[in-house]
Amino acid sequence: MAVDTADPAELAKFEAIAAEWWDPEGKFKPLHMLNPCRLDYICDQIAAEFDRDRAGTEPFSGLRVLDIGCGGGLLSEPMARLGARVVGADAAAGNIPVARVHAEQSGLDIDYRHTTAEALAEAGEQFDVVLNMEVVEHVASPPDYIQACQRLLKPGGLMICSTINRNPKSFAMAIVGAEWVMRWLPKGTHDWKKFITPDELYDLLRGAGLEPVDKKGFVFNPLGWSWSLSDRDLSVNYVTASVKPE
Amino acid sequence: MDNPAERAIVRLMFDADVVIAGGALTGASLALALAKGGARVVVVDRLPAGAQVSPDFDGRAYALALASQRLFRALGVWEAVAEQAQPILHVKTGDGRPGEGPLGGFLHLDHGEIDEGPMGYMIEDRHLRPALMAALAQAEGVTVLAGEEIVAQEVHPGNVAVTLGSGRVLRGALLAGADGRGSPTARRAGIARRDSDYGQTALTCAVAHELPHGGVAHQFFMPSGPLAILPLPGKRSSIVWSERRERAEELAKADDEAFLAALRPVFGDFLGEIRLEGVRFAYPLNLTVAERIVAERVALVGDAAQGIHPIAGQGLNQGLRDVATLAEVVTEARRRGEDCGSSLVLERHRAWRSFDRTALTLATDGFNRLFSNDNPLLRAARDLGVSAVAALPDVRRRFIREAAGLTGDLPRLLQGKAL
Repeated sequence: MAVDTADPAELAKFEAIAAEWWDPEGKFKPLHMLNPCRLDYICDQIAAEFDRDRAGTEPFSGLRVLDIGCGGGLLSEPMARLGARVVGADAAAGNIPVARVHAEQSGLDIDYRHTTAEALAEAGEQFDVVLNMEVVEHVASPPDYIQACQRLLKPGGLMICSTINRNPKSFAMAIVGAEWVMRWLPKGTHDWKKFITPDELYDLLRGAGLEPVDKKGFVFNPLGWSWSLSDRDLSVNYVTASVKPE
Repeated sequence: MDNPAERAIVRLMFDADVVIAGGALTGASLALALAKGGARVVVVDRLPAGAQVSPDFDGRAYALALASQRLFRALGVWEAVAEQAQPILHVKTGDGRPGEGPLGGFLHLDHGEIDEGPMGYMIEDRHLRPALMAALAQAEGVTVLAGEEIVAQEVHPGNVAVTLGSGRVLRGALLAGADGRGSPTARRAGIARRDSDYGQTALTCAVAHELPHGGVAHQFFMPSGPLAILPLPGKRSSIVWSERRERAEELAKADDEAFLAALRPVFGDFLGEIRLEGVRFAYPLNLTVAERIVAERVALVGDAAQGIHPIAGQGLNQGLRDVATLAEVVTEARRRGEDCGSSLVLERHRAWRSFDRTALTLATDGFNRLFSNDNPLLRAARDLGVSAVAALPDVRRRFIREAAGLTGDLPRLLQGKAL
């Protein structure tokens, strides 16, 4: 990767892009809106799996966390703040220096890498937690990808995986609504045919040797303009937790 | 590709999660509340250590709403002052005319009508302040820099840096302005203020009286401004006497004997003979409202956010509502790993406070203008309104809960719960 952050002009460019990533009213607004809700889910699941007190100081210290598709670091930074040792991986090279600049401005130590889940698995890296959020609907081969994620987990490790359901409602919400009407996401961000139903995802997870332990819906409330977790409504965005047997 | 030595920038070290400008009652309460939630806090206070606290009774006292007392209980401060606090069991409001004294109560709020307990507590500054400062000194995660002043603040992506008079730079995720009515923090953040002057000055003092007060707080509405008589432990009461500016300034300058001679006819004789205790203070009454309570990486609390007319002692209570809200919002954000100074987090604080803030400043403003007016039309409208309140138990209970600070979407600390 040809990234030289020692070049001031390059650095300024990365800072500008980082500012875009982290602007809650900017082009990643939908992620910022969803973030508190998915963080609550992630934190609750990690705390339950590894018996940590969320009210404690740096409750996730000692845990090694991988954030796949880390982008600007919207999940990596919170995990680092909570004490975890975080590797943020993104297949898009441009995201890495951007995320790095922002972490440094925020006083956080995060290991950002331009790499893929498959390459990390190949290298024998292992983690207590793998965050696999809004990625699986974009990959070429979901079974191979989930298999790589499974290999990245230590025995007893936890994977959080979120994606978008496939049905007429999710088409209306995620593509017509978010891309065409609200312009939250660039047109063409999602291909509806690649969306995955919860049953299909559970099959993928089990097929890779993981044990699904929980699933919840992320539900958008247009009145409060916010997201919440739902036990029953998994019709559009949803999240799962699965563990790798010891 | 991953050699850190090649990087041009260095990871910044934070001195605190939250830097608090101002270590008086609201600043100290905020520091304690945040530290209870696990945050690292630095408090920068202009006054040298110990300068705030004097053991002698100086006449200053606070009417703490029940919700505020619960906050101090949750912060572990209340136990140290509980014995010195006077419960407010009744609130009586009445009309009055100069020279005639109070004309008798026309609205009586009795704590017995609600289940929560007293509507609030009277507590003297000389007890509350040292208890708070002692708790602060012992709190884990709190550093107090006394005798230091913030001379500059600079917002960066991901952090805010403040420069002290000594040249030291402190970096944190959030800067909380608890630095009073003229808040330099607000000014430096480019937050404008709206000020309105009542043309009145509040004279405060404490009196000793012959007869027991029975835990009753009185508020008499005189045409020149309200007079509050608030019960202190023993046979003593705290007085907040609002008068037209010129008259008040004369009274402030007068000697004790002349002051007392002027107070007696207004106060009346329902508590028997009265004499002065402690020191007299005079505060010009004006309302100063910051146009916004948040800016980039800055949040305002207490008088820095809204310095309200001290009628009914709402100033400190309102400040503690700011404290409880900000502490809860920041603690929740930190527990999910969010950047607690980000605009997303500060927006939650702003939204939670906005209704309360508007309602209270409007209500306090309108209430006082209505009640300190001798216009016969207003008097009639007011009497009608107040008798309606007096007649309806449900409305009255609502008023009692309002006075106790128990209405609205209460932050956990105001319910006496831990964060």
